[in-house]
Amino acid sequence: MRFMMFMYPEITEEEWQPDAEAFAAMGRYNEELRKAGMLLSLDGLHPPAEGGVVTFRGGDASITDGPFAEAKEVVGGYWLIQARSLEEALEWASRCPGENCRIEVRRVFELEDFPEELREAAAGV
Amino acid sequence: MADAGRAIEAVWRIESARLIAGLARLVGDVGLAEDLAQDALVAALDTWPAAGVPENPGAWLMATAKNRAIDRLRRQAVHGRKLEELGRETGAIFALERSEFEAAVDDEVGDDLLALIFTCCHPLLPREARVALTLRLLGGLTTAEIARAFLAREATVAQRLVRAKRTLREAGVPFEVPRAAELAERLPSVLEVIYLVFNEGYSASAGEDWVRPALCEEALRLGRILAELAPQEPEVHGLVALLELQASRLRARRGPGGEAVLLANQDRSRWDPLLIVRGRRALERAEALPGPLGPYGLQAAIAACHARAVGPEETDWVRIAALYDALGQLLPSPVVRLNQAVAVGMAFGAKAGLELVAAIEDEPALAGYHLLPSVRGDLLAKLGRTEEAAAEFRRAAAMTDNAAERDLLLGRAERA
Repeated sequence: MRFMMFMYPEITEEEWQPDAEAFAAMGRYNEELRKAGMLLSLDGLHPPAEGGVVTFRGGDASITDGPFAEAKEVVGGYWLIQARSLEEALEWASRCPGENCRIEVRRVFELEDFPEELREAAAGV
Repeated sequence: MADAGRAIEAVWRIESARLIAGLARLVGDVGLAEDLAQDALVAALDTWPAAGVPENPGAWLMATAKNRAIDRLRRQAVHGRKLEELGRETGAIFALERSEFEAAVDDEVGDDLLALIFTCCHPLLPREARVALTLRLLGGLTTAEIARAFLAREATVAQRLVRAKRTLREAGVPFEVPRAAELAERLPSVLEVIYLVFNEGYSASAGEDWVRPALCEEALRLGRILAELAPQEPEVHGLVALLELQASRLRARRGPGGEAVLLANQDRSRWDPLLIVRGRRALERAEALPGPLGPYGLQAAIAACHARAVGPEETDWVRIAALYDALGQLLPSPVVRLNQAVAVGMAFGAKAGLELVAAIEDEPALAGYHLLPSVRGDLLAKLGRTEEAAAEFRRAAAMTDNAAERDLLLGRAERA
């Protein structure tokens, strides 16, 4: 099973002043995930001011520049891990050296979670 | 309470291998180490639901297990044991007491884990015992789960585990990471166990007990752990690369009827791009180390050629043929030669492929193997020898147990 762990910093961009120690702690945590054979990928994201949003009203797409949301609702980064249960993923998330943030843990859909006709549609068969 | 139980189970899954490994180093016996770890788990199940999971559950489990160990060994020492055993036990007590004051450093934890892997996969043990012990002590699977995963009876697996632990104890197998030359000698046994676990999961079909397909993930996890612990071993990265690349095709390997879909016919949009990237990266790590690729590395390199190609026609068959040739020299097997024949047929024409098939068609190992006539039929069809091709497809159809595959082959026989 795969789980996405979304990190939501609960501080603003200006308040975010990470020091070397916090970086090192996060590095150790990531290393631990890797050594446990759980880590599939991870990334940190630039702030929303440097991003943009594509909104669909009906079928029409329109583009808005960032920033675009409350700081609390902005994903700051993610880990994609392989775990054997939701509980295991949650346990790993709670070991993150986080401060003033929350981590949302969500299970990734597998192809098998969809009925066969949708799978075929997705494959473009 | 049920939730607390599941949370504790999750902690156990994360911590048990390190816990058992650390204890085994102190007491010198994996069987005893497992018992002690189990004692600590029982204690956790007693106290955590009310008191909550401690801040550092791994350290809590370790401290608890050590205390139990000291109690247990002292008690045993009192009950008049043989002098030799007593010596060993007081040594263990001393090690345990001293270790209270020393937190294990990172390197040691890694060494302990690596020692546990090598002990579980000791060549002294029969293959099924190695697999069961590895899943039990490193994967944290219960005996019942191992039995379900391997379609075996629980009592059989339990007995296998007991015997394996006794064998290790009676042979006095030291709990340690083998040194340079011995490590190279014993590594294949470790890699084989991980590959067996993966293949058992790979062979599971849709709708089967979840434990079986989960074996693929477990094998990948073990392989990745090993790659971090023994990064200087090219074949470890080769195996990880092979597993990641094979796992990338898991979703495409079966058709709607549960039949195996050959690589050439797989829907490549179902291949998992993340695992392909991971597999290629692991292969690069293997290639960056000195020395030629070993059997796992070569198989991974072949898989990477397929992963890179948009379709069967765009595949670098010349390179695959060369890789199979190299593999056949390390691993002389008629199945490898048959695969080589397919690649040669694609790279240099059906006639060249048929010549290779002719060289292995009398191999006893291939008698009754439906892919032999199936490959020959394919090559004959390409040469326009349609009647001979049809006969081969019919022969292949008679050899397979899978109904969907049989229909496919009979269909080809009719169209040929």
